[in-house]
Amino acid sequence: MAEPTMADAPGPESAEFDAVVVGAGPAGSAAALALARAGRSVVMVERGPFPGSKNVYGGVVYGRVLDAIIPNWWEDVPVERWVVRRSTMMMTESQSLSIDYRTGAWGTAPYNGMTTVRSRFDTWLAAKATEAGARLLTSTVATGLLRDGDGRVVGVRTDRDHAELRSRVVVACDGVNSFLAKEAGLLPQSEASHYTLGVKEVLSLPREVIDERFGVQGHEGVDIEILGCTRGIPGGGFLYTNTDTVSVGVVASLPHLAEARIRPEELIADLKEHPSIAPYLRGSSLREYAAHLIPEGGYDTMPPLATDGMMLAGDSAAMTLAAGMWLEGVNFAIASGYAAGQAVDRAVASGDCTASGLASYRADLERQFVLVDHKRLRKAPALVLSDRVQQRYPGLLCDLAEGMFTVVNPAPKPGGLRVTRNAAAKHGVKLRELAADTLRGLRIFG
Amino acid sequence: MATVDFRVGARAHITVDSEVCRSCTTSACVTACPANLFAPTSDGGILFNYEECFECGTCYMVCNSEGAITWTYPDGGQGVVFHHG
Repeated sequence: MAEPTMADAPGPESAEFDAVVVGAGPAGSAAALALARAGRSVVMVERGPFPGSKNVYGGVVYGRVLDAIIPNWWEDVPVERWVVRRSTMMMTESQSLSIDYRTGAWGTAPYNGMTTVRSRFDTWLAAKATEAGARLLTSTVATGLLRDGDGRVVGVRTDRDHAELRSRVVVACDGVNSFLAKEAGLLPQSEASHYTLGVKEVLSLPREVIDERFGVQGHEGVDIEILGCTRGIPGGGFLYTNTDTVSVGVVASLPHLAEARIRPEELIADLKEHPSIAPYLRGSSLREYAAHLIPEGGYDTMPPLATDGMMLAGDSAAMTLAAGMWLEGVNFAIASGYAAGQAVDRAVASGDCTASGLASYRADLERQFVLVDHKRLRKAPALVLSDRVQQRYPGLLCDLAEGMFTVVNPAPKPGGLRVTRNAAAKHGVKLRELAADTLRGLRIFG
Repeated sequence: MATVDFRVGARAHITVDSEVCRSCTTSACVTACPANLFAPTSDGGILFNYEECFECGTCYMVCNSEGAITWTYPDGGQGVVFHHG
């Protein structure tokens, strides 16, 4: 195929598709769905043998984002369990303190969130796109970008018989390592500090054993998120229930993990042995072990979302929200992907697929939760991953609880201020710092 | 690792330049790789295998030597296949 010349803006004769979407994860499938519904020609290029086969997540898919896209989505979504109990646990080697919330309301339609398995969830969402008219090419790697004489992106090269796919726009939903975003100069080649490594074990347990141990029944499930289980490496842990498996894992800051020279599976082993976690897992057997990177830097580390002929959505655009009490990614991927697809439709209609023609994408996300939440919580990742929150506060809070709940009579009860002072002093935290961090937290989350 | 489905391709998708590794002082890839694919050799190089790779990208991200680890995706349809991800 001849290289397009400068006059050759991708038009009907050179572009086979309105859009090539790279990656059939949540962002890619949502983008393809929006485009197919708008009547645009779109092909998804997925490197795995099926959608979701390369993907790993850490707990819950929150459903509200699906309401507008797939009415009554809960009727056929491949759910494992509907989360009705959400717990945040702070721990030391021998202690734990939990905020544990439970509501039956989350166990009925329209549901708040669910646990699922990505091989099935991603396949389900991709099928919505193909049913709407998108094409799906699996087992195909997009190996590089095609550009015209002006440097505009006009398609991708693939490793399927070296075929080239030409399109007006490439939507790179190729995940956290996005080599296409790196090739386009939108993401740095390697910048470990904004990334965490998640490792996860999926453990088999009989369904009724899970029901009993976690106090749920039927399709009810539990999500526990944990702070203080990573030997001081910034990060956290999680444990959540699937139908007849539970998933347990840790997330650890990449540079700190490397510097600590601790193997990630040691962190999982620690967590599994913790007295508050081990009883949930007793007698289980390993079904699968997995690892994946997570872009946790938030708003201030997001790349430009569009360039001439190309845009980014989902993890390739660093849209995972890692803000302490909120840990979300799949919903941000779906919302950004769908918005990207709609923006491509508008750009194709206007005949301008340059960066300025695609700029309505970012404007749209700035009106939606995607960038509103990210912008509001832009300082949350730094606070959540800070030394005091990671290394001192879990133990401080556990000792605070111990000081309040331990009955010391015949000595008289200590006052709350004294218990707080003692706990803070034991963990090397000044009350001034505690107050400053509380204020900082209120500013970010309030 | 016996529980993970790997469809091993003929082409190694990771290459390591052991010459560069010999001057490395951290060997970060050795401990950080969640699949434990990197092993130091007695002469300061790095032995690795690509067959049981999760394709996470940790190794090239933590590597402090430009060009020591070259990392691409395995060919389409090959590599790790997560069933419970």
